[in-house]
Amino acid sequence: MLVSERKPWEEILQSLGTRDRIFVVSCGGCADACETGGNEGLVEAKTKLQEAGKQVTGAVLVDYLCNKVLVGIRMGRYIKELEGSDLVLVLSCGVGVQVVGAMVDLPVHPADNTLFMGGFTGVWPGAERCAQCGECRLGVTGGICPVTNCTKELLNGPCGGSNNGKCEVDPEKDCGWMLIYERLKRLGRLEDMKGIRPARDHKLMEPPPERRKTIYWALENVE
Amino acid sequence: MKLRELFEEGRFVLTSEIGPPKGVLLDEMFAEIEPLKGKVDAINVTDNQSSVMRLGSLPVCHILKERGFIPVFQITCRDRNRLALQSDILSAYVLGVENVLCITGDHNVLGDHPQSKPVFDLDSVQLIKTVRGLTRGRDMVGNELEGSPEFCIGAVVNPGADPLEPQIIKMELKAEAGAEFFQTQTVYDVGQFERFMSQVERLKRPVMAGIVFLKSAGMARFMNQNVAGVSVPDDIIKELASVSKEDRPKKSVEITARIIRSLKDMCQGVHLMPLGWDRYVPDVLKEADLR
Repeated sequence: MLVSERKPWEEILQSLGTRDRIFVVSCGGCADACETGGNEGLVEAKTKLQEAGKQVTGAVLVDYLCNKVLVGIRMGRYIKELEGSDLVLVLSCGVGVQVVGAMVDLPVHPADNTLFMGGFTGVWPGAERCAQCGECRLGVTGGICPVTNCTKELLNGPCGGSNNGKCEVDPEKDCGWMLIYERLKRLGRLEDMKGIRPARDHKLMEPPPERRKTIYWALENVE
Repeated sequence: MKLRELFEEGRFVLTSEIGPPKGVLLDEMFAEIEPLKGKVDAINVTDNQSSVMRLGSLPVCHILKERGFIPVFQITCRDRNRLALQSDILSAYVLGVENVLCITGDHNVLGDHPQSKPVFDLDSVQLIKTVRGLTRGRDMVGNELEGSPEFCIGAVVNPGADPLEPQIIKMELKAEAGAEFFQTQTVYDVGQFERFMSQVERLKRPVMAGIVFLKSAGMARFMNQNVAGVSVPDDIIKELASVSKEDRPKKSVEITARIIRSLKDMCQGVHLMPLGWDRYVPDVLKEADLR
């Protein structure tokens, strides 16, 4: 189970900027259990967005955002609504945000920070992975995670070893930053690559002491 | 002496590069750089270059300083976390080092200790910003320092990267973070370099074109296949292949000098990477009409 917590709403709303038409996707799996997704999260997000003067173009709850087939079928019903949206706000772990990002040609913004893995890795069969870094920045990286996709976990762009879109450690492996660059370019959001990103706070990856008491940090230990 | 002062004087700055030995015997290294004395303005000392474990960059910088050279301390993000990086930067200042070049560093798996843990706690942009912060008397988290170091901070960029745009965006971030000058990956394609320079002129930072001495056609082909963003044009490879083994250094000098001559009006300096052929540096500079 991927344990997450809600980002401060102030931060979420600020990340949306001037983009007003927001589609909301919430995960009914781990995120529901952590009270960072689920139906309650969906209702909360709608309210917060509307209070901030945003238009909610659609809102959908998917049982498990890490289930490829399920996400495809559920999102497929909202093509028109998605076409009329500026971005998708996703209430889930980092995998869920990336899954949605890979399915729609829209910027995806995370509403949650993923803290650690409580024994269950989800069921996503794709390449999108979450390192549970505790400070999800998928909103400014085109929905592609630099921590899991860049071999060096760089936050401020590709290193000099990026070669023809591939990583210096393996000519078969895509350069994560080239994927991010290509996607941001496609979304017309290259400005997201600008502005220095501060160093990570590795302290956020330490599970809270009350959750560390068992060796599993498993679902049954969450409240 | 900080490189900044030379750029400000309007001098065309020349630097070279030395890799510390794998071990503790320094004589060979000293002999290698002896011909550079009085010929180049400063010497970069590489930091576990190519992820191969060697003698440290910092003590070698210190020793070079004592021997009358101006060292540029290359520091990578691969092997140290933010405590060690900041600490080594402070140490560098105390040891008389005044120029630092902040680099991400090759990945561990490319070197001779592929089993090691990659650190990359900071990336190059964050490292530059951190060094800039130290020169302003604060560590990364804002604690006040007892006396602050002074450095000229350099960074690297690859003008041959394809696509180039993400490299330039990162270069902007480096400049914003506090990089005062840029050293490039080796350049052989002058036209490509010119296009690069026209895009980065607006950053108003001196750029030193990098040049690795081409020792053979085989080496040139190897670089084309294996080094990111490096393209040795075919005619240069043919030129190298056309001469006997004994004449290769002469040919290499000729090619390197020719490239320098054709790009020296586009940039503010040249960074030579002779890879052991330091003895030919004076010839290259003479043929390039520099010093």
